Amino acid sequence: MVIFDNLPLYLEAFLQTLALLLLTTVLALPLGAVIAAMRISPIGSLRATATVYTEILRNTPLVLVFIFCFVVLPILGVILPFMFSAVLALTLYTAPFFAEAIRSGINGVPVGQAEAARSIGMTFGQTVTLVVLPQAIRSVIPPIINVMIALTKNTSIAGGFFIFELFNSGRRLVNENGDQVILALVGVAAFYLLITIPLGQLADFLERRVVIRR
Amino acid sequence: MNAPGTPLVVLDHVNKHYGDLHVLNDINLTIRAGEVVVVIGPSGSGKSTLCRAINRLETIDDGTISIAGEPLPSEGAALAKLRANVGMVFQSFNLFAHKTILQNVTLGPIRVSKKSKAEAETRARELLERVGVQSQADKMPSQLSGGQQQRVAIARALAMQPSVMLFDEPTSALDPEMINEVLDVMAGLAKEGMTMIVVTHEMGFARRAADRVVFMADGRIVEDTTPAEFFDHPKSERAKDFLSKILSH
Repeated sequence: MVIFDNLPLYLEAFLQTLALLLLTTVLALPLGAVIAAMRISPIGSLRATATVYTEILRNTPLVLVFIFCFVVLPILGVILPFMFSAVLALTLYTAPFFAEAIRSGINGVPVGQAEAARSIGMTFGQTVTLVVLPQAIRSVIPPIINVMIALTKNTSIAGGFFIFELFNSGRRLVNENGDQVILALVGVAAFYLLITIPLGQLADFLERRVVIRR
Repeated sequence: MNAPGTPLVVLDHVNKHYGDLHVLNDINLTIRAGEVVVVIGPSGSGKSTLCRAINRLETIDDGTISIAGEPLPSEGAALAKLRANVGMVFQSFNLFAHKTILQNVTLGPIRVSKKSKAEAETRARELLERVGVQSQADKMPSQLSGGQQQRVAIARALAMQPSVMLFDEPTSALDPEMINEVLDVMAGLAKEGMTMIVVTHEMGFARRAADRVVFMADGRIVEDTTPAEFFDHPKSERAKDFLSKILSH
């Protein structure tokens, strides 16, 4: 059967998908936090920059961002390894989604908390990192994990750009096993679920653990 | 420290609008070190806005506000430094919901004043004892009553060793039986010579503890006088009307 015959191949592709997911999250989540902080900052130019970036990237098809990183950047003389370019494209695209998730959580923290922090002399940065973000975390976890689940599926675009991840492995196995197309694809889907279902459970678990009473 | 009697907070021709509403209308006010000034007036008179403008939680349209001779900085580190010197107590307490009572009081000294944790905790426990909630130090804010939370909020502000304290309707969100425990702490502070600006509806506190009463209506300062003079011989019709409404029961 195609799934068991090709387990090493699936596994290789699965690890590549996982690598794309983790590398992008590690880069895009802090970037998203910075963008979210910029969007609530008292400085108008920072707010404007963050808003423009968010709106452009969030409303652009991911494929276009990939084409930018894999085609336009090399034309401009910036030549990166494929994996680099793929993580760059996914990070640029995903950071605004993380930013919006974080911002919605921040907006859920009563404004008096920030006022109290500022009135004891905290800077804007301290107010955000010491008082607002720690309280936003609980309501931010579910939307952040949703973004990660969407990101997991979005990594499949990299399969069209020279990265051998799950979607790409599916394409190859379908070509090589014309008689077992459905099974080959079921195998791909199962490996995606191996990531996304535990993510959903992690969201539930974390949400229950980090409770802030008011 | 500022010597008693020197001007500490000075508002000079301060104006602020919310759209068409002229919420602060040409406010001139000088508060001297050691003074306790109670600001009273009907809802919407601008008294809370005045209080919040002094540490720039509200911006003003024109005029100047200066503290200890320094005009309020517009943003950034200088403003943060100034705010550390101006304690603020809010109507809704605003204790940090994710920190224990002790951490609420030590957060500013550790992170803003760069004190050691041990030093900040020793001082915080003294302050909590002074406001009568030392036994609650390790609880979370939501486990305390409103009156206890507000006393912690006062301790949190005092931990920064401010030279002036602002109180924005500190007892308005409290159940009646908890109001006095907060007012007692405030009266104690006043007696020790803390400079205080108190926006409140507590007329008894104004009479007992205030050096001056500032009566505001429609964004203006209508009267600025001693408590005895204000309550017994109000000059303006607006103040007479206000007092007749609140003192008739």
